[in-house]
Amino acid sequence: MSTIINESIRLEIAGENALMLYFSDKTQASITLESVISAEINSNVHQAVQLIRTHLSVEVIDLIPSYASILVVFNLLEIDHQHLSNRLKYLLKTCGSGGNKPGKLIELPVYYSLASGIDLTRIAKQAKISVEQVIALHQKPEYRVYAIGFAPGFAYLGEVDQRIAMPRLTSPRLKVPKGAVAIADRQTAVYPAESPGGWNIIGLCPVDMFNAQTDPVMRLSVGDRVTFVAIEKSEFLTLGGVLPCL
Amino acid sequence: MEKLVANNSATTLGLVVNSAGVLSLIQDAGRFGAFNLGLTNGGPADSLAFYWANKLCGNDLNATAIEICLGGLQLTAQLDCVVAVTGAPMPLTINGKAKSLWRSYLLKAGDTISLGFAPVGVRCYLAVVGGFAIKPSFGSTATVCRESIGGLTGDKLVLNDVLPCIAILKSALKQELRMLATHQQPQYSNEVVLHTVLSYQQQHFSAIVKKLFFSSEYRVSKHWDRMGYRLQGPAIQSDLGGILSEGICYGAVQLPADGQPIVLLNDRQTIGGYSKIGAVISQDCAKLAQLRQGDKVRFEPISMSQAGNLFHLNLSRLQQTKLIDCDG
Repeated sequence: MSTIINESIRLEIAGENALMLYFSDKTQASITLESVISAEINSNVHQAVQLIRTHLSVEVIDLIPSYASILVVFNLLEIDHQHLSNRLKYLLKTCGSGGNKPGKLIELPVYYSLASGIDLTRIAKQAKISVEQVIALHQKPEYRVYAIGFAPGFAYLGEVDQRIAMPRLTSPRLKVPKGAVAIADRQTAVYPAESPGGWNIIGLCPVDMFNAQTDPVMRLSVGDRVTFVAIEKSEFLTLGGVLPCL
Repeated sequence: MEKLVANNSATTLGLVVNSAGVLSLIQDAGRFGAFNLGLTNGGPADSLAFYWANKLCGNDLNATAIEICLGGLQLTAQLDCVVAVTGAPMPLTINGKAKSLWRSYLLKAGDTISLGFAPVGVRCYLAVVGGFAIKPSFGSTATVCRESIGGLTGDKLVLNDVLPCIAILKSALKQELRMLATHQQPQYSNEVVLHTVLSYQQQHFSAIVKKLFFSSEYRVSKHWDRMGYRLQGPAIQSDLGGILSEGICYGAVQLPADGQPIVLLNDRQTIGGYSKIGAVISQDCAKLAQLRQGDKVRFEPISMSQAGNLFHLNLSRLQQTKLIDCDG
């Protein structure tokens, strides 16, 4: 079952109590084309999430927005998939016609150095630029939070300058320190906690990305904008940063 | 005024862990509405056995119980309480005396309850009247070890943990003990049929590949846990390399490059970039979660409407099943 909601949204079945909304670009010839990373599409995703939260709060249990899709998990005791499809069709008909408010802007400090960013040299070598240039290029864009997942508080930010885009490590590290700022392809992220991971590490961020004891527990939500700003080691430590034992 | 049993004082009484077993976890029905933080659902891997454990205790269906994987849990009661154990046929003893599952028992302060290892099936549920009094994190007590969220400390039970029991009225302890009739008890086997809704990237799997998928037998590999079950059998390939990371629902059947299906369960990652052929219905996910390495599964296609019907049929059957009163 594939239902066209409008020129940029299509609806598919996901599971017993889950439907999937796929978003694409109006300029794409066919919306069955593979989805792409785009701020505009992601902003439509964000808009649709707000609409669903507001208008289907009883029927919908959970939502997982991502780059160009939303998984809609619904309560089978409240609605069946056909009725929900119809409701979504009606609700999202005009979604994606622009007028989206930009998300909040968050500045994240990063201690970039060869000690805190163990993959900096490798990235510089591949890009044939200096380590300083890699650091400067990473700070240049205003990134967008495209998705949150993988681990509590892990935000996928895009897009990294093409020159410093790096594939994931072929074999993930067993331990990536908490606060590690890393790159995978054209995405960047801050590891919210120590975990295994295959992204390329370029620095450390002293800010807690996820803390179950604080309110809100997470600073970022999908649709927010993020910039990175270089700080010195002393400031990193003053802000509560902890250097991992390597 | 009736007298409250324990837990209205500063000291919290409950069940003490003498032996934690292989993997014993605090679980309620699961964590919902926290996907936006990257938190997964957790909750009972076998939702049916969990349902009956709470039902036998007359509890709310979201009450906190213990999920015991493989076995080996031993608890001592610090207070009088009523408990029930359901699920895989793990040998159950109270003070060394063999008892049967699927019914409730009165434990006196000082009594010890133990679970051995099941010959078939892997998970049991131990509920207590009133539920365990665990502080919820993000709206749920469900333990997800990978996220260090839920339970007592975000991890599995360990020696000397105390599972506090909610204060209940003395009269509640005198309530009728109950059992589920033998013919109503779920049976566990080494073979399960998984009804699967074709969905997600299914159009990228050819008709022949789908036929192969639904006519083949798969075995549970050594990688089976609450996150997902990796299966082994004929490789199922799509015409996609990877996809842009997207939300993964309960039961989703993911196919990485090697074509070996992974059925994603309660503790799955919330988003991922592998293509998926469909999703197993929740009732069958519960059955799958009782299998171990070497057990067999087959997939059977089912429409979304049929899946909805099965869901409601099952629910109405559960609601109509009457428990039998029995003596202490």
